[in-house]
Amino acid sequence: MCSKSQRSVAFRFHRILRRTTNRPCFPRLRSSFDTAAFFPDRREGSKKEMECVFGLVGDGFALVAADTSAVHSILVHKSNEDKVMILDSHKLLGASGEAGDRVQFTEYIQKNVHLYEFRNGIPLATAAAANFTRGELALALRKNPYSVNILLAGYDKDVGASLYYIDYIATLHKVDKGAFGYGSYFALSMMDRHYHSGMSLEEAVDLVDKCIIEIRSRLVVAPPNFVIKIVDKDGAREYAWRESIKDAGVSAA
Amino acid sequence: MLFVVATKHGTKQMARYDRAITVFSPDGHLFQVEYALEAVRKGNAAVGVRGTDTIVLGVEKKSTPKLQDSRSVRKIVSLDTHIALACAGLKADARVLINRARIECQSHRLTVEDPVTVEYITRYIAGLQQKYTQSGGVRPFGLSTLIVGFDPDTGVPALYQTDPSGTFSAWKANATGRNSNSMREFLEKNYKETSGQETVKLAIRALLEVVESGGKNIEIAVMTKEHGLRQLEEAEIDAIVAEIEAEKAAAEAAKKAPSRDT
Repeated sequence: MCSKSQRSVAFRFHRILRRTTNRPCFPRLRSSFDTAAFFPDRREGSKKEMECVFGLVGDGFALVAADTSAVHSILVHKSNEDKVMILDSHKLLGASGEAGDRVQFTEYIQKNVHLYEFRNGIPLATAAAANFTRGELALALRKNPYSVNILLAGYDKDVGASLYYIDYIATLHKVDKGAFGYGSYFALSMMDRHYHSGMSLEEAVDLVDKCIIEIRSRLVVAPPNFVIKIVDKDGAREYAWRESIKDAGVSAA
Repeated sequence: MLFVVATKHGTKQMARYDRAITVFSPDGHLFQVEYALEAVRKGNAAVGVRGTDTIVLGVEKKSTPKLQDSRSVRKIVSLDTHIALACAGLKADARVLINRARIECQSHRLTVEDPVTVEYITRYIAGLQQKYTQSGGVRPFGLSTLIVGFDPDTGVPALYQTDPSGTFSAWKANATGRNSNSMREFLEKNYKETSGQETVKLAIRALLEVVESGGKNIEIAVMTKEHGLRQLEEAEIDAIVAEIEAEKAAAEAAKKAPSRDT
């Protein structure tokens, strides 16, 4: 129920900080090599397809689950990296992709969403936030693209819970269930089999656990730990962690 | 856009130095800045009081036209979850300054992952106001601001004031706008370290010195570390005003009573 006027407001944001990543730019030639700076020899996101983010909408709530390993080539930096950001009181942003881009882009979105709330006295609607995020990705796409895949979940009083699937090439879909990464092959299949609209919290968490089990058992380099976050009328918050590897010093909270 | 204010003591000599902001007068004045301060003195009264755990901002609400939706006129605004601002002077200028300050608060959080301290954002706003006193073709912002907040690390409450010249300083309590001198005198006489409701009462008592009493002529906002900024309802303000009046009446009665005995 996001009105057109809210969508246009999203594009009137003052860009509070020029995107700071110093990405290599191709020289300005009038040729096919001009435009997007995705490196041609790397399939986009191939390294980062190990990151699993998935989510679903239930009865008056939405869940977003993400793996929690920070990986660089063959090394696991840490296994308690929180990839689901609490955007504001009633929104969750689960992101996967290039590590630097993920943090930079999601923090940039978060600060702009907060700025909107201070300027206007009311928080941004979920649909408006999703469109704003997608707009920023689209603007950067043919100049200095972000390699970030996003699942944005939110709760609005008038609309209820909603989930938005936002691709690294700025695709936007409002969905009931979505997933990114290699894990999506398993998570989407499980959700196709067991999902129905209006699931209760117990059913939904059970389904998320089923997906996690599937990913752990069938993906060759499966991430060991997952975090599950929930957003409903009471706000956005962490729901649970699912850890199969507990490091010394890994805090479960 | 320049200030065109008729100076009371405007000799032809002085008048030549007040057209452009970037021109000093022979006796070292920047007249445009001083005229901006005049604009502040004509704005509505604003007061800020710092307590040990509470900071209170109060603003005079001039009589609202009957048809105006008073909710759209917010005189005390929050810049971030822990910083609030009240101002006296040109409200349109205030909008611009507040917008820039809000952006700076978020920008600071983005770059250093820390909320701004009250001093930082005050320095930023004051710096902005100063910039417009040293540029060609612009006029100064016609407002003084009272900035309050709790420092994110130390939790210490702070109250700062800026003015059109770009100077700023920290205060225990201060007032700006119309009749600010009388309010400041009152505060100097009656200030003591307070907390909680006492701080609110002190702020309201200072405002009542210059404003007609009543909840609809005063806007009060209270900032605490736990709950952030809270605007008081008209009913609440009326209740506190009634308390203050009762205390005043009791004090008067106590003064008169001993003389009757003697």
